[in-house]
Amino acid sequence: MATPLVELKDISISFGGVKAVDHVSLDLHAGEVVGLLGHNGAGKSTLIKILSGAYQKDSGEILIEGKPADIRSPRDARRFNIETIYQTLALADNLDAASNLFLGRELTNALGFVDDGRMEAETAKIMARLNPNFKKLKEPVSALSGGQRQSVAIARAVYFNAKILIMDEPTAALGVHETAMVADLIQELKKQGLGIFLISHDTREMLELCDRVSVMKNGQLIGTERVEDVTEDDILSMIIMGKKPEAA
Amino acid sequence: MSRNSDDFEAAIKPPTADTVAEFAERKGAIARLQHALHVNPALVPLFVLLVSIVLFTLLLGSRFLSPFALTLILQQVQIVGIVAAAQSLVILTAGIDLSVGAIAVLSSVIMGQFTFRYGVPVEIAVAIGLAFGTLIGSINGWLVAVMKLPPFIVTLGMWQIVLAANFLYSANETIRSQEIEENAPLLQFLGSTFKVGADETGRGGATFTYGVIAMVLIFAFLAYALKHTAWGRHIYAVGDDPDAAQLSGVNVKFTLISVYAVTGFICAIAGWALIGRIGSVSPTSGQLLNIESITAVVIGGISLFGGRGSIMGPLFGALIVGVFTLGLRLAGADAQWTFLLIGALIIGAVAVDQWIRKVSA
Ligand SMILES: Nc1ncnc2c1ncn2[C@@H]1O[C@H](COP(=O)(O)OP(=O)(O)OP(=O)(O)O)[C@@H](O)[C@H]1O
Ligand SMILES: [Mg+2]
Repeated sequence: MATPLVELKDISISFGGVKAVDHVSLDLHAGEVVGLLGHNGAGKSTLIKILSGAYQKDSGEILIEGKPADIRSPRDARRFNIETIYQTLALADNLDAASNLFLGRELTNALGFVDDGRMEAETAKIMARLNPNFKKLKEPVSALSGGQRQSVAIARAVYFNAKILIMDEPTAALGVHETAMVADLIQELKKQGLGIFLISHDTREMLELCDRVSVMKNGQLIGTERVEDVTEDDILSMIIMGKKPEAA
Repeated sequence: MSRNSDDFEAAIKPPTADTVAEFAERKGAIARLQHALHVNPALVPLFVLLVSIVLFTLLLGSRFLSPFALTLILQQVQIVGIVAAAQSLVILTAGIDLSVGAIAVLSSVIMGQFTFRYGVPVEIAVAIGLAFGTLIGSINGWLVAVMKLPPFIVTLGMWQIVLAANFLYSANETIRSQEIEENAPLLQFLGSTFKVGADETGRGGATFTYGVIAMVLIFAFLAYALKHTAWGRHIYAVGDDPDAAQLSGVNVKFTLISVYAVTGFICAIAGWALIGRIGSVSPTSGQLLNIESITAVVIGGISLFGGRGSIMGPLFGALIVGVFTLGLRLAGADAQWTFLLIGALIIGAVAVDQWIRKVSA
């Protein structure tokens, strides 16, 4: 098989005495969706935040396309074309959707000043694909609904031609229709050859969208399975019991 | 929290059909106002400024509403105005700078002492003073951004350090105005005046100083930078939510350090203007600049919680204080009335800010 897009090798991090991520290894290939499942507090967000540069791992190694990657900040991660939709969304509440979408990489004109017109136009374009009812382009995002805010965060992650996309519960606040649009989007991005880490608590949805699913418990990786090899019940028992299903 | 309580009330007390329309309409108008203020937070201080000018004009007539009196206000607020511009940047990042006044004063002392004690050419002495202010600001910024110390504590300490250094270094010695005028007039440059529309004897008319021009230019420059550069946008984002800004790829440390450095630089300009204003270089001047600048910023509608407000607000805030000060003095009122009214304005401004913050509810 080709070199994986991402390899997380033996990653650990603790906060105080808590081992939030405990010797976890995962990989992700181009054109693949890998799901992360587990209880609240299992360490899913913490693990992907190490890849996105939000946290510094205590030990372990990250390889991007086979080469060791030194990721110390979200800006480093962006340099490796890693984009992230955080569970907390990470939006600046007083700025509008366009300012948030381009935060940290504003479009500028020839003189180096921010080009609000172009940023707004681009935002309108991408938002139309994600949430066609979205009209509040000029409001501070604090004035948006939970789902609208989530759409802005998704738009920000997919706009910049990521190679590696991390989605931490991207549809938690979305309506049925918008959730379906995100599912379509994931399929499309996958076809374009992106590798996607997806976190969700919806086991059924995960089995539909993912190629493989990994289950975590108490910071440890319980196991990684191809979705065609397991049933929803198998996954649930892995989450609850913290054990791999008996080989059938 | 307010959102929840609103929902809760709405849930237990469903409005009856006929009150609903009226309520919606009233709420619409208020919500629109709230939104307008959210988008243009400098509207409130501008309105207060205009109203206070109208009131004092009704009270005092042409004694107050004259080019002479109005430009006198500008001259009186120029130093506080310049420092308030600097303070605004820090407060937009959800910080506070208590060392602004001390930086201004020590910078002015350095400009004076380098010229007179060491015989450094005055242009270079001024440049050294400006560089010194920038350096102190950068140290504040480094302590806040990298060492992650609270801005209040960092600048409280820096205030004491710089002020003590100021007295130790200057040996509490004032450089007299006359001496400066003869040997180093550049130090007083920002105090030099020019008149527009004075009579033949040179009285009346609008009187400007270069310090006033500098204040206006600094505000104009910062207003443009905040609105039209990525740096400006990052200042708002960092003040709003530093974690979100960091995760969005904003260089939070650089943004904070640069803000405190620019603040120090602008304070040093205020120190230079201070020499022009009082004529001499005095280590005991400018003692209240930190409180006065914070007052102007708060009245100017910049949120102490960071991330929200327009830089023009503090200019209006400083002018409001100037209008009250001069107006009440011309009216023969006890100066304490000024403090009393300014105090009320501060509390009022923060109340309005809290109300605007609910725009998301
Ligand atoms: N910044 C932090 N400081 C201290 N402890 C943390 C921090 N972030 C996470 N933790 C701890 O690490 C553990 C894993 O948290 P994490 O957010 O990764 O869980 P999760 O699997 O994403 O859960 P959820 O499904 O609720 O999102 C938890 O025990 C949490 O309390
Ligand atoms: Mg999580």
